[in-house]
Amino acid sequence: MLELDRVHKVYRVGAFGGGRLRAVRDVSLTVKPGEVVSLIGESGSGKSTIGKMVLGLFRPTSGRITVEGTDITTIKGFAARKEYYRKVQGVFQDPFSCFNPIFKADRVFEMIRSSYFPGVSDADWRDKVLAAVGTVRLDPENVLNKYPHQLSGGQLQRLLIARALLLDIKLLVADEIISMLDASTRIDVLNLLGDLKERGLGILFVTHDLSLGNYVSDTSVILRKGAIAEMGPTLRVFDNPLHPYSRHLLSCVPQLHRTWAEVDAELAANPPEDVTLPTVAEDDDSAPLLEAEEGHFVGIDQG
Amino acid sequence: MTLRVKDLKVYYQTLRGDVHALDGVTFDLADGEIMGLAGESGCGKSTLGKSLIRLDSRMRHVGGSIELDGKDLPIADDDAMVPFRYHEISLIPQYAMSALNPTRKIGRMINELLRARGLRPADIAEELERRLELVGLDTDVLNRFPIELSGGMKQRVVMVMSTLLNPSLLIADEATSALDVSTQRSVAESMVEFRDRGYVKSMVFVTHDISLVYQMADTIMVMYAGRIAEKASTSTIINNPQHPYTQMLISALPEVGSTAEETRLEGIPGTPPGLLHPPTGCRFKDRCPMAFSKCNEQPPLLEIEPGHWAACWKTG
Ligand SMILES: Nc1ncnc2c1ncn2[C@@H]1O[C@H](COP(=O)(O)OP(=O)(O)OP(=O)(O)O)[C@@H](O)[C@H]1O
Ligand SMILES: Nc1ncnc2c1ncn2[C@@H]1O[C@H](COP(=O)(O)OP(=O)(O)OP(=O)(O)O)[C@@H](O)[C@H]1O
Ligand code: SF4
Ligand SMILES: [Mg+2]
Ligand SMILES: [Mg+2]
Repeated sequence: MLELDRVHKVYRVGAFGGGRLRAVRDVSLTVKPGEVVSLIGESGSGKSTIGKMVLGLFRPTSGRITVEGTDITTIKGFAARKEYYRKVQGVFQDPFSCFNPIFKADRVFEMIRSSYFPGVSDADWRDKVLAAVGTVRLDPENVLNKYPHQLSGGQLQRLLIARALLLDIKLLVADEIISMLDASTRIDVLNLLGDLKERGLGILFVTHDLSLGNYVSDTSVILRKGAIAEMGPTLRVFDNPLHPYSRHLLSCVPQLHRTWAEVDAELAANPPEDVTLPTVAEDDDSAPLLEAEEGHFVGIDQG
Repeated sequence: MTLRVKDLKVYYQTLRGDVHALDGVTFDLADGEIMGLAGESGCGKSTLGKSLIRLDSRMRHVGGSIELDGKDLPIADDDAMVPFRYHEISLIPQYAMSALNPTRKIGRMINELLRARGLRPADIAEELERRLELVGLDTDVLNRFPIELSGGMKQRVVMVMSTLLNPSLLIADEATSALDVSTQRSVAESMVEFRDRGYVKSMVFVTHDISLVYQMADTIMVMYAGRIAEKASTSTIINNPQHPYTQMLISALPEVGSTAEETRLEGIPGTPPGLLHPPTGCRFKDRCPMAFSKCNEQPPLLEIEPGHWAACWKTG
């Protein structure tokens, strides 16, 4: 359903846009209906950039992004974009920026209604909103009819998830949506994503919480400096990480009952086998992948 | 530095009445202590952090006191609080990344902050560089605008800004929650190092990641619906929690590698009570599997063994 084909993104940075910053490098991946693909990777590795390109907020510098076969850069005009967002929605890392402070927070629901459900009666709409708010485990009494500053971070984030649920979407881009939630609510949101996936929703799930990230995801993609370091079925990637960067990342997952120092010591005692990584020439900006076992790929070594 | 919070009550005024976000919060923070602060979304963690720095116009100090090194902190008096901010107490706000001024380059923003505190940026430049490096940022970020940085990069910029003047007490509200695990680890480790080197004396580390707090905090305090449920050393909270809420919170955490197909994890059933009209008695009683008749009265926060505090009729 979602397909990225050799996508690159280079930003212009600096006062006069003179500098170049390669945020995404040669990324190809797919999200099928009913599939959850986790995007994992260090801060600044291009995860949000990929999400924003899928949502049409930035154009790729090169490469193609298609949704249900349509190249999304060809979607132009108000009506076509509106149809696109009926199918594809995003929930972003920083919920405060998604709310206008001078309006009540539930205006985000009203906006969905006026664009997509103008014919629905007040009573039906209210039921729909209450159902969505309930699914993200918020008490309507506590959150509706309030201004953004009157709500906590986790409450705002869940309102945005609820908003996305009002539309019968096909693809959800979820950028760090669980990071500000407590463990118990995280699990509820993840179970909710699991249910949506059963109904055929495709999810691009950006997360840094590896212990929970793999709880719902089918495929994991580990990014490093804009390029794919490793990609494969989640269980394989976690049980048998091949790229040195993935191994490092997994060793940093904070665990209960095991300190980082203990994990480091174990790793040093049984170092994993080296894997041959693909290589590219210095001035080549491609990022080839090598299939190490079926469906499990490793990418270039970037130091 | 020691912080002593006694029966603190801070409410938000709204048209429909007062939201009892902090409703009798009591705890001590010792010199050099790193305390993790955990609890369900909306239980008042950020409100506690804000109360130690600045009450906004809608927050009302209803009762209780905060003492810093034996001195009363004038939290209701905005002007009297000025000398404390950044020097004595500094806050890394939740979603700090959205608070950066979009029209200023990072470097200029830091210089303005320093000048406002009566310091010459040139005197601090070297230290600034060292600290950026410590959190894994290139000094090149100083020449960039906030929009040009990723979420995690902005978060680290704010962390460096808030600690540059070596505050006695640092409150970090979800300061590492937008970071990947490897950066999170290095930031958490550098915060412990900030403490060990004396850049900051004590720290309150608000986070939902209990396993992260386990790696770095000396103590953990668990809040529930505007009150303290339990506070104890990290190992006690993780291995031997006494309050039913803490017990459920800890057991709701998945181990690395669990999947939805094998075992469907369950959160804690039910939702926390609203704080506009909080229920009487123990605030956890509607969700507590151990609740009994006595729970219709509010349980006091008691020291059940040295350094271990809990508010529950079953533990006292
Ligand atoms: N609008 C922009 N203009 C210029 N550079 C940008 C812009 N947005 C992001 N960047 C840069 O692109 C790189 C990737 O950023 P991105 O936000 O995609 O990272 P991320 O993987 O989401 O990181 P994080 O986990 O910290 O949120 C970073 O180096 C960042 O500084
Ligand atoms: N300005 C305000 N007016 C009214 N109520 C508010 C205001 N700010 C916060 N609240 C309410 O006070 C309670 C505590 O909020 P707070 O932001 O302290 O929660 P939190 O524990 O930090 O949650 P999270 O983990 O989601 O960040 C919440 O129920 C919230 O809805
Ligand atoms: S006081 Fe009662 S309701 Fe509250 S936590 Fe203890 S047993 Fe449960
Ligand atoms: Mg991001
Ligand atoms: Mg908060």
